[in-house]
Amino acid sequence: MSTAEAGRATPEAGGTVPSVWQLTLLHARYQLIETFRVPIAVIGTLVFPALALLFFVVPQRAVADNPVYATQAVISLSVFAVMSNALFTFGLTIAENREKPWDPYLRTLPAPGIARVLAQILSTGLLGLAAIIPVIVVGGLFTAAEASALRVLAGLVALAVSAVPFMLIGTAIGYAMPFKAAIAVIQIVMFGLAFIGGLFLPPVLFADWLDTISKFTPSRQAREFVIRAVQGGPLEWWVWVGIIVWTAVMLAAALVLFRRDEGRRYR
Amino acid sequence: MNLARFERVTRRYGDVVAVHDVTLDLDPGVLVGMLGPNGAGKTTLLSLLQGLRRPTSGAVTLFGGDPRDARRRRLLGSTPQETALPETLRVREVIDYVGGHFGDRVPTAELAAEFGLDDLLRRQSGSLSGGQKRRLAVALAFVGRPRLVLLDEPTTGLDVDGRRTLWDAIRRQHQAGATVVVTSHYLEEIEALAQRVVVIGGGTVIADDTVARILARVGVSQVRLRTVEPERLAVLPGIARREQSGEHEVLTVADADAFVRELVGSGIDFHDLAVRGASLEEAFLALTARASANGAGGFDLEEAS
Repeated sequence: MSTAEAGRATPEAGGTVPSVWQLTLLHARYQLIETFRVPIAVIGTLVFPALALLFFVVPQRAVADNPVYATQAVISLSVFAVMSNALFTFGLTIAENREKPWDPYLRTLPAPGIARVLAQILSTGLLGLAAIIPVIVVGGLFTAAEASALRVLAGLVALAVSAVPFMLIGTAIGYAMPFKAAIAVIQIVMFGLAFIGGLFLPPVLFADWLDTISKFTPSRQAREFVIRAVQGGPLEWWVWVGIIVWTAVMLAAALVLFRRDEGRRYR
Repeated sequence: MNLARFERVTRRYGDVVAVHDVTLDLDPGVLVGMLGPNGAGKTTLLSLLQGLRRPTSGAVTLFGGDPRDARRRRLLGSTPQETALPETLRVREVIDYVGGHFGDRVPTAELAAEFGLDDLLRRQSGSLSGGQKRRLAVALAFVGRPRLVLLDEPTTGLDVDGRRTLWDAIRRQHQAGATVVVTSHYLEEIEALAQRVVVIGGGTVIADDTVARILARVGVSQVRLRTVEPERLAVLPGIARREQSGEHEVLTVADADAFVRELVGSGIDFHDLAVRGASLEEAFLALTARASANGAGGFDLEEAS
């Protein structure tokens, strides 16, 4: 080895190397900075659910003053917040990364793939949490919604679990289409799932046929799952079966689309 | 110890063979120029070293291991394409984002001074000019104090001043101990920077030598003349390439002396004859032309001398 190289680290002794956890935080940090630099991109996710609660639920005292209904309304809009956040961050990030060569560049840096996946989940999770907090605050202050701290915690865990199908749907859309198409499709999917899933209007108001369709949607299943976690009561079989089926189907779809994408991009 | 090695590497995309049976060693301390037309396989070779792709057959080693293992890339530096920089991040943040991957990194201020980015640290990268983006992209390759640096077309789109500034920075980094691989289709760039030149064409290595030796061994020369009967030139032997420049015929020939003897002997009318040694560009064109004439099987330099 020449003297010029002596000052440089050797491959065997590369100095201190950031841990996977440090690299996860690094990636999550800059992903969040990038997201917040275009505030309009997050404002919908962060503000819309709380505003919907404030304008559509709080003035209806029949709902707002009933602890059971009010709690269900708060949960519905929390599910909506988590769903729109998961669909948008996964769908748009992936669609954008496919069109921009920054992501392949990051893959040449010495960070294992797991750090980048964990960072995506972490930043999405933090944004989701940030979107739920205003909903819970508005619900707690202006409605009769109520739950013990332990139940709220159970609800958050249930929300995290039921967010998985939405992350995978976002992933599939991100790999299936270009960025501009993804924005439009995600909006349609998001509002469609929100209405049919009973996140805006409670399913008790649905006609029978709509209620039947509703039970097949991941949004309705997520809503029921979180309601049971917070309010207790028996968990109907179609709720957890539905979540598992959606997760399996969308995971398979996301993998197929991911492979097809690699094939096309690298030809 | 060599830093990186390609051993009989082939990479296919479907039916297309991008790299065919390439064997190449990168030794410490050199500044290697990798030269070839678009689609020759340069970018594929680099992406194999970066761990972005897997060879279809053969083996790629980086610092003695598999480049797909993130730990092997700790001492590798490379540049993003300038269109890749995240537009909303500030220059300081982009440097810190990339720098955060390395335990022993160059401080942001020091790197910025080296590449003339001091005044730009607070600017969002989307607001930079093309030349500023290029400088930032090249600076990123050096932030982790790499021992092997891959620069893919580092000065594309820069004006003459910008190109020379960047070359100076690359030379200083090389003198400080980095091994540098530069791809380019600017032959001037390779002539100015590189000690060793690897010419890639059709997915294979068609020449691998010093700049001076490639020029000498290829032994091509350029002959300029005017003639009233240009069609008759075609019968003369040894013409590698033929172009027209205004009223002049410009011929790239393997042996200028033999060619001139043939020209005089043929009785073809000519005037304003001028003969000079070839530039790297002409050598390169002659090499790739002959390699493609010989099929994909490569090109033996000894035959040409």
